[in-house]
Amino acid sequence: MACFTVSLAEAIVVKVVEKKIAKKEKLAESDHRSSAEKPIIPLSTRLGWLSKLLFGGSALLAFEHVWHGEVVPWFPFLTAMNDPADAMEMLTEIGTVGVGMAALVTAIWFAMSKTALHIVGRPGLRGSKL
Amino acid sequence: MTLLITIFAAVAVTVKWYNRKNDDMRLGSLALMYWGASLMWFVDAIAEYIELEAEFFTPGAADMLNDSFLGLSVVALGLVIWVIRLLVADPKGVVKKMFTGSKNAADAEIEKE
Repeated sequence: MACFTVSLAEAIVVKVVEKKIAKKEKLAESDHRSSAEKPIIPLSTRLGWLSKLLFGGSALLAFEHVWHGEVVPWFPFLTAMNDPADAMEMLTEIGTVGVGMAALVTAIWFAMSKTALHIVGRPGLRGSKL
Repeated sequence: MTLLITIFAAVAVTVKWYNRKNDDMRLGSLALMYWGASLMWFVDAIAEYIELEAEFFTPGAADMLNDSFLGLSVVALGLVIWVIRLLVADPKGVVKKMFTGSKNAADAEIEKE
């Protein structure tokens, strides 16, 4: 009914955090501070992956909701808001399926992020004597 | 069907991204978009399975057709979003070159006159 809204809200928060962290990383880079401690894949880059997963997913899911007539281009935008019983059902869906979607995407991103750091950190096989 | 079609699109774009020569086409963004939608529809499918149980695996022909049509439309929408973002970002400078190129041609004509 409106499960994508949770992911969309998370995507907006992640994007704001990503921009702030990117600014801090740029400042640190220009100051030549802690060059030895510089991460292989910056946190802002990894947060960018999460925001793309969340924004992209919620945009395509929003389209699905428009397809099924659950989202309309006029106020209140969600057809379930017209009936209190439907509104309750919608809120339950947001709390279960919507939160589940956001949690799964975040968990997969966390695993992906850790794996990427591991891959970049490990010695290359090509060209090595092993 | 929507979930399946989106997963196939995500896998195909990821394979293409892995075999890319450079990052000019920004295929990573497209792959992440499809993977995000696939993960979200996967959760939706689990919720539907809990509700319908075995019936979930035997959808009606009309439902399957509608879901397939939706899946293809979703893939098309993803491609449209990606193309617009690519043209706006213009990593190869093709759009910029096109505009500056035509401007130079106009300037050359003025100079001839």
